[in-house]
Amino acid sequence: MTPAQTRAPERAWHKPPFIANPLLRYGVLALLATYLIWAFGSLQFNWERIADGWPRAGRIFGGGFPPSFERFDLLLTGFKESFQIAVLATLFGVMLSIPFAVMAARNIAPLPVYLLGRATIILARSFHPVIVAILFVAAVGFGPLAGILTLTLYSLGFVGKLLAEEIEEIDWGQVEAMKATGAGYFAILVYGIFPQVLPRQVGLSMYQLDSNLRASAVVGIVGAGGIGSTLMNAFGRYDYAFAFAILLVIIAVILVSEGISGWVRKKLW
Amino acid sequence: MLEISNLVKRYGHDEVVLKGLDLTVEDNSVVAIVGASGAGKSTMLRCINRLVEPTSGSIKLNGTELVNLKGRALRRARRKIGMVFQGFNLIDRLTVMENVLAGRLGYVTLFQAISRRYPQPDIERAFVLMERVGIAHYANKRADELSGGERQRVGVVRALMQEPELLLADEPTASLDPRTSEQIMRLLHDLARELSLPVLINIHNVAQARAYTERIVGLRHGRMIFDGKPADFDEKALDAIYGGIEASDDGNQRGVVAGLPAGEP
Repeated sequence: MTPAQTRAPERAWHKPPFIANPLLRYGVLALLATYLIWAFGSLQFNWERIADGWPRAGRIFGGGFPPSFERFDLLLTGFKESFQIAVLATLFGVMLSIPFAVMAARNIAPLPVYLLGRATIILARSFHPVIVAILFVAAVGFGPLAGILTLTLYSLGFVGKLLAEEIEEIDWGQVEAMKATGAGYFAILVYGIFPQVLPRQVGLSMYQLDSNLRASAVVGIVGAGGIGSTLMNAFGRYDYAFAFAILLVIIAVILVSEGISGWVRKKLW
Repeated sequence: MLEISNLVKRYGHDEVVLKGLDLTVEDNSVVAIVGASGAGKSTMLRCINRLVEPTSGSIKLNGTELVNLKGRALRRARRKIGMVFQGFNLIDRLTVMENVLAGRLGYVTLFQAISRRYPQPDIERAFVLMERVGIAHYANKRADELSGGERQRVGVVRALMQEPELLLADEPTASLDPRTSEQIMRLLHDLARELSLPVLINIHNVAQARAYTERIVGLRHGRMIFDGKPADFDEKALDAIYGGIEASDDGNQRGVVAGLPAGEP
């Protein structure tokens, strides 16, 4: 044992607080509390309306059971259209996302090109698909074409953004090696960059297909074709039994597609 | 013949890495460049194939001035300069053969590159070189399945596929175990002789520099302070290059941990 007196006195240590300035730290907490009290106080929770809603919800659910598969062919047509919308939109969106992702990656694009690429992606991502669908339905009319255009834009924004970020994080050594061989810009892209981001891009595409399938049901509600339109019509006719049948099949389809895409993505690495 | 004269590289305003370097390599010899980390070895090598832009000075390879080349002319100059990297820098997800053929990217069209339809002489050259370094049986294996030594062989073959007039090697053995690094040094030495190719090798291992090169150039703080035969590279030269580097600043406080209690068994 070493004698204790040869050691320096014990030094205490605490984790430094997240916000160093105590005034700022407690100020932020107080502000947050004030806002929450104000927000709850000014929001009008109308308990009467909530109480009234219960029986109505019960009536709808009651009408939905048992779900009716009588008009199965209608359901099938709707789903077929949704699949078509989702697959085509994913295909177009993913293909378009590649050039825009290259443009929007700061490490390989010159500044003006980068700004253009980023702007496109930000624009494509700034509106929820439902809003975009409303615009496209107004522009090209009811039906699956509006759905395809909407989801293509949605896929371009999402896949483009994540792919650009992936390109920004590649191992630069491989690019240097390709430069050193005297390769041109596109040869460097194809050899030095794409192989590094390919697994990620395939995974993103699978995820996007999954996501588009879900979204195609939503954009159908505003008239962009697919199972969403069928569902909306069923609600409009107070045909809750058929509507519930559609909801059940949507859940089943999403479960299956989620399972398949998860399995494929796991196999990729 | 490689002629570097008054080469200066400055990062930002005040960080000067190369301070007017002169170096001429006339014959097809293997030249080792030694120096402590930060001496400017890697920067000098990268200025030659313009992976780093020189601030001023002149670099001539067989009469062609490299410093002011742009676009296509720069790419044409680059394809005549092979480079081997410390971290190999192979395309991990492609096969060994694709990595080797990538050395031809400066010669083939974009369509040939994308569709992997390389000219027959390129494929023949690839097989001959791969057989020479003993990796031909890996042609269809993914590059990341190989061991370090094998991967560096792929790197060397890729550089030689360029039919280079000069080979640059930036610490080619620093990521390898001692035995493999000896093998790679011997390989570079032998290939230089077989292809009558001048080679510049950045290297930390002074023993290997002595054994496998014909000339040693020592850099310190961006200046050349030794240039001579390996036989003349003595203790004094070694001390001039590595000696007395921030000894007071090495953070080594002896005896401080002695007071810690021993861990329970």
